[in-house]
Amino acid sequence: MSTAPAELDLPDIVEETERPWVTIVWNDPVNLMSYVTYVFMTYYKYPRELAEKLMQQVHHEGRAVVSSGDREAMERDVTAMHSYGLWATMAKDE
Amino acid sequence: MAVHGFRRTAADRVILLVDDVEKGILSALLEQLLEFVAPAVEDEDPLVALVGLDPEAKPSDDPAMARLFPDAFRDDPEASGEFRRFTERSLRDLKGAQARTALQTLQRSGSKVTLSLDEAGSWLGALNDLRLTLGTRLEITEDGMEELASLPDDDPRAPTFHVYDWLTFLQESLVLAVMP
Repeated sequence: MSTAPAELDLPDIVEETERPWVTIVWNDPVNLMSYVTYVFMTYYKYPRELAEKLMQQVHHEGRAVVSSGDREAMERDVTAMHSYGLWATMAKDE
Repeated sequence: MAVHGFRRTAADRVILLVDDVEKGILSALLEQLLEFVAPAVEDEDPLVALVGLDPEAKPSDDPAMARLFPDAFRDDPEASGEFRRFTERSLRDLKGAQARTALQTLQRSGSKVTLSLDEAGSWLGALNDLRLTLGTRLEITEDGMEELASLPDDDPRAPTFHVYDWLTFLQESLVLAVMP
């Protein structure tokens, strides 16, 4: 049927425009593990367990997604991470 | 250097104990940091200062500067550039203000520096910026710490590493003092 491709395409378009962004924190050899945990607890108000888990992920895997949302929210988060001296970037969630 | 560092008091103050030598080193480092992150600009466009938007902001060739003001996008120089023009000026102002607060609280005090929690937050940021700057200059890697720690005294990197190591101790004690 001729309408099928259009219907099939629709979800992709929706996904493309609403796909959330993520903030990624990267490992670096200078920032203290305790400090990174402190930043996640202070800025994101994450409970200690989650903050430590994300810190460990950054440390062992080289990076961790620490938040997601629309582009504006992630611009705020990346700016905040840079103000704390963490190495952070933003990207479209894959 | 004596083992001092920061500690939290029951009255939600943070206290830093320093001797004269430590005060001198910290003052000099904070003054350099202030000049590094927020240099005084002559004939600045007043709009830049007013709205914190800097059309001239560019990524730096200096690795330490690039580490303090990193790109916001990993593989998109154009988006990173736009982000930088909108954010770098206020980030410089913030880092400058933190260094200035740390310097002022040090200068108003004797060997016992008493800080509010806000002032302690400024110290935390300034100490982190100092460690990022020195750590980048020393090309510190996670595997290279042992080598740096055992440098002979005549190695040109040794004095910088001793200062870095001491700042690490100070920052670690401050994180503990302000941890929620």
